[in-house]
Amino acid sequence: MNRPSTFLYSVLCFGFAVLYIPVFVLMAYSFNDSRLPTVWGGFSTRWYSALLENEQILQAALLSLEIALVSATFATILGTMAGLALSRVGRFRGRSVLTGMIAAPLVMPDVITGLSLLLLFVSLQELLGWPGNRGANTITLAHITFSMAYVAVIVQARLANMDQSLEEAAMDLGGRPFAVTRDITLPLIAPAMASGWLLAFTLSLDDLVIASFTSGAGASTLPMVIFSKVKLGVTPEINALTTLVIAAVTIGVLISGWFMLRQLRAQPAPP
Amino acid sequence: MTTPGNTLNTLNTTDTPNPEFINTPWRDPQQRPFIEIEGLSKRFGDFIAVDAVNLKIYRRELFTILGGSGCGKTTLLRMLAGFEKPSAGRIRIDGVDVTDLPPYLRPVNMMFQSYAVFPHMTVYQNIAYGLKKEKLPRAEIKERVGRMLELVQLTALSKRKPNQLSGGQRQRVALARALIKQPKVLLLDEPLAALDKKLREQTQFELMNIQDKLGITFVVVTHDQEEAMTLASRIAVMDAGDFVQIGTPSEVYEFPRNHFVASFFGSINLFDATVTSVDAGELCVLLDDSDTEICTRYEGELAVGSACKIGVRPEKLLISTERPAEQGNTITRGVVEDLAYKGNRSIYRVRAQNGRIIMVSAQNKQRSAHLPLEWDDEVYLSWPSDCSVVLTA
Repeated sequence: MNRPSTFLYSVLCFGFAVLYIPVFVLMAYSFNDSRLPTVWGGFSTRWYSALLENEQILQAALLSLEIALVSATFATILGTMAGLALSRVGRFRGRSVLTGMIAAPLVMPDVITGLSLLLLFVSLQELLGWPGNRGANTITLAHITFSMAYVAVIVQARLANMDQSLEEAAMDLGGRPFAVTRDITLPLIAPAMASGWLLAFTLSLDDLVIASFTSGAGASTLPMVIFSKVKLGVTPEINALTTLVIAAVTIGVLISGWFMLRQLRAQPAPP
Repeated sequence: MTTPGNTLNTLNTTDTPNPEFINTPWRDPQQRPFIEIEGLSKRFGDFIAVDAVNLKIYRRELFTILGGSGCGKTTLLRMLAGFEKPSAGRIRIDGVDVTDLPPYLRPVNMMFQSYAVFPHMTVYQNIAYGLKKEKLPRAEIKERVGRMLELVQLTALSKRKPNQLSGGQRQRVALARALIKQPKVLLLDEPLAALDKKLREQTQFELMNIQDKLGITFVVVTHDQEEAMTLASRIAVMDAGDFVQIGTPSEVYEFPRNHFVASFFGSINLFDATVTSVDAGELCVLLDDSDTEICTRYEGELAVGSACKIGVRPEKLLISTERPAEQGNTITRGVVEDLAYKGNRSIYRVRAQNGRIIMVSAQNKQRSAHLPLEWDDEVYLSWPSDCSVVLTA
């Protein structure tokens, strides 16, 4: 193989620098003793302890995690069902329309999704007296609605790539349809479901616009709190919070990477 | 396949007491067919994949359905397995109408072209799957899988996952998995297509051995005529959703019903001829560029004076520089245009008087560094007249 040229190396370094220097600067300033975000005043961890005492941020973080966990789980269940229906139930009326519609939320601007869901919740409240006060419940419902589409698309892509004779073979060997789904289809699409869940979880944690529309008084997710705080100026506390989030994400990526590596090592190349 | 005899005897226990094995059950009208297909059709929208076919397959046969891609052979197999619902017609297996039964209730197992070995299960789990669905006790499953592993020589690899196996090993897993439930019929969809040539030849004989030892009826779908000839007790040649000819390998090779069947199995030379007389199954024709009259078996309908074609296989032709004996032979002349030395035999392309190219395949029986014939040699071509096949289509 040819040695990569110096030029290619510099382009690579530049690319990574553009991506990561802002993140590293932000992380460094979270250890800044000074109250001003741009003036270095010595090393300190005081913003982290301040963060731990900030009830508002802690509660918002907990709420976000709760919403993300619940919505990712439900989105995975519903999205998997939709993906299975679209790729395995053969031809049925309106199949192509449904295929298009399931992908639409992926390209829909958040503002429109948020606004339409808000209007839905308001009219439901008037008609049925449900869902009551808007808050964590309505945000969760909204997040399930849009992240379900992502899961469905991922699962459907996996199913499209899967050899359908695997399921036929199981049926041929005496497996009834339910047993075939349980024994063959689900284990084989489990990786797709896992990545769908992770994506749904991340999307929910990250979402600001839809949550702002569908939330009511009192329920604020972490992005909502950060956004409202930043409007008053970036405090080192926010830097500390972001650093913690980045650390959590990094650990998550490392763990899943380690799992994947272990899986690869367990399967030596065929002879 | 070198498997101890006792393993195989025990595998045979649940089979009915060995019915007296008859070599050619299809010739005996007293024999009850094991698989009966009646007027079976499958339409996909406007396309007719299988067109009202009838077929009788007998117990312990190794029946091969042969045809090019898109001829409907796989659709027919999938209807036998229960994956496709017939548009019309019935399928009976061992006297039971299975037309409306779902795949998991049919006494039939299938080996898929892709093998469809479950990638998330070990070799053992793959083979045991069918028995687990029958809810058999663990000990029995363990014992039967153990014996099956021995039969297909995979005992040492039972804990491996499919991606740690070679293609041939995966094929054995698929075969073992399909055989473990002791089905009445085993369906095989292009069983050897994914293997390389050497392994294919070896596996053909293994398949025949296993079939012979277990006494299960095999229905094999293939597009490879050599594979069909080697494996089959009978071959059904399929084209455009219908059978063109059904017969033993030697019947379809030596007595092809029409040009399609004749050219499907190797090459055949065609000579123009005119019918001179028709008499109870025997037809006499006069070759257009020879003065020999050929009389041969023919069951179709042809009027005296009509044109037809005479087919002769390349290996039936004798090529010589001296005029061969007249008795019982058909003789014509030509010039060697091309020749290919292949070691055990030579292929000659001879231009006949009417300009048509005739292929001759000659065994090289003599040991010689020189070819007996050269380019542009004037030669006589002759063949025993009863090697001629009358072809209409």
